[in-house]
Amino acid sequence: MKRFLEGSRGVAEAIRLCKPGVISAYPITPQTHIVEDLAQFVADGELKTEFVNVESEHSAASVVLGALATGVRAFTATSSQGLLLMGEVIYNIAGMRLPLVLTCANRAVSAPISIWNDHQDSLAMRDTGWIQLYAENNQEALDFHIQAYKLAENKEIMLPVMVCMDGYILTHGYEPVDIPEQKKVDQFLPPYNTSYKLDPSHPITMGHLAEPSCYMETRVDIQNALNRALEMIPQIAKEFGTVFERNSGGLVESYRLEDAQYVLVAKGSLAGTIKEVVDNLRKKGKKVGMLRIITYRPLPVEAIYQALKNIPNVGIVEKAISLGAFGPLFTEIKAIFQNKKGNPKISGFVAGLGGRDITRETVERIFSKIEKRQMDLEFIDVKQERLNEFVRF
Amino acid sequence: MSLFDSKFSTACPGCGQEIAAKIVVDIAGKNTIISNATGCLEVFSSKYPDSAWKVPWVHSLFENSAAVASGVEAALKHLGKLKDIKVIAQAGDGGTADIGLQALSGMFERGQEILFCCYDNEAYENTGVQRSGLTPLNTNTTTTPPGKESVGNTRPKKPMLEICAAHKIPYVASASIGFIKDLKDKVKKALSIRGPKYLQIFVPCPLGWRHGPELTMKIAKLAVETGLYPLVEFENGKLTSAMKIPQPKPVEEYLKLQGRFKHLLKNKQELQRIEETAKANIESFGL
Repeated sequence: MKRFLEGSRGVAEAIRLCKPGVISAYPITPQTHIVEDLAQFVADGELKTEFVNVESEHSAASVVLGALATGVRAFTATSSQGLLLMGEVIYNIAGMRLPLVLTCANRAVSAPISIWNDHQDSLAMRDTGWIQLYAENNQEALDFHIQAYKLAENKEIMLPVMVCMDGYILTHGYEPVDIPEQKKVDQFLPPYNTSYKLDPSHPITMGHLAEPSCYMETRVDIQNALNRALEMIPQIAKEFGTVFERNSGGLVESYRLEDAQYVLVAKGSLAGTIKEVVDNLRKKGKKVGMLRIITYRPLPVEAIYQALKNIPNVGIVEKAISLGAFGPLFTEIKAIFQNKKGNPKISGFVAGLGGRDITRETVERIFSKIEKRQMDLEFIDVKQERLNEFVRF
Repeated sequence: MSLFDSKFSTACPGCGQEIAAKIVVDIAGKNTIISNATGCLEVFSSKYPDSAWKVPWVHSLFENSAAVASGVEAALKHLGKLKDIKVIAQAGDGGTADIGLQALSGMFERGQEILFCCYDNEAYENTGVQRSGLTPLNTNTTTTPPGKESVGNTRPKKPMLEICAAHKIPYVASASIGFIKDLKDKVKKALSIRGPKYLQIFVPCPLGWRHGPELTMKIAKLAVETGLYPLVEFENGKLTSAMKIPQPKPVEEYLKLQGRFKHLLKNKQELQRIEETAKANIESFGL
């Protein structure tokens, strides 16, 4: 059924359909609407779940960890400082191989405090063993949560999934979205069933102390599971398409790449803006295109290589920076082409930090920059005059 | 057969925490799920691939055993199994009164069906005997060493029992492995009460306190008999019982057995302050 909904409401509808037994969250903007909507579903008897209000994000993550360890599907959502405060538990959940689904309503990190969108929060968690999916629009945000549970709970994977959606731009933006029928979601997503749980009839110990003789294999095992996820994600997207009659998910999306000479690479809602610019520039005869990274962890190395290997000029546009180095995605895509045939000129652009608008004009300017020369790192739309002051808060 | 198999435990000889943890799990019985904080107990009982635990047991992090237990409890409630399965969260004094205090307070306030056991050995023993919020006044720890300008830990123990009781939870109690029957009775009583419960158990640490392993039980008794570790119960925020010590023993008898207090024995002024701590306890709890 199509409805005109706020992005957060769409996610809440998806979670209702996935029927987690435990939800725990702590308020932080711009994630709040998601959990408020879920609390209302519980209050109205539309969702049979234990909704645990906690005193911090650290405890929210710990509560859902405990629920999953008891064999019950769980959900939490957060942003920014909340995700950073969860950080310790984020690593723990992946290490314990618990299939949590978490929404990250992407927001900048302090200091200075900013409630607006960029990707610095989820990027800080990229090395934790979590799967990370980035939604372009509200329909995807809804769909990805349903796919995320199926992926996370797959016996060959058993890893948590973070569904990233741009704060405000998606969480507070209204779009028409199709809400699937419960029957179809039940057909696509079976109940969570695991023997790896705290159960007095089969007592197990979870969270052992690992000596040097056995720690390293735990990390290799996660790496292997993430490699399997690279195969599983397109399969799940395909199955989703069959059941729900809609294309959604996968590793990457190629947009007008066939004969493209100039291509921008991006994640999340920015891709929507870039697509518009690509269409406009194509009308003017420019051979431009876009590659969207949907799955950022595991990094779809082969899919990115195949998509970009014949493109002469590539620009990575990202809402995150590894301070003191480059944009993280830039570094990774450069690494993919090291010692490989086909060697596009790859430039790195950092834009939109702390919610600075990335307009169509901005994107056009970035396209014209990669026509001129290669550069490793350029900050877009920086107010130079501000840099002459002390930029300290 | 015990639900804590010491064969798979690497605890030090005379470890008070091991004795207490074993009593708690055996009284709770096999239909129990335990959430355990990082610390000595976790380390000595769960070395992969072994485990001393014959009940389902989970260790996540240092400060979150109350929150993980809250998730276990919520999941059991969702599954309709909370009537049949007991949930215990446990931690050392640091994991309870310092880094874990926020999560513990949250668990209390939510009214969750969990017994929280604090094994109080009065310092961060696992990391090498650093002070915690439950380290007593004038104790020699590696981060509060006595010296020309210091007589050890400068602050008294954090009043954890009162902090917990102030949450108006149904049951808060202290116990000591020096009084086994009292400890067992309190574990039984706590587990028979609905809602959140807090039990703080005095557990000597021969390594950190620098005493012979054979003195563990004696020291655990003396702490109570001197008035330094009152054994009390609070129900719904009110003090309801205290173990009487009509003839309190001098604090020196307790202090002189432990290396951590050795520096005090010739310091009359500081000994007096410890004696005053005992007296204040005796008065305020009516011991």
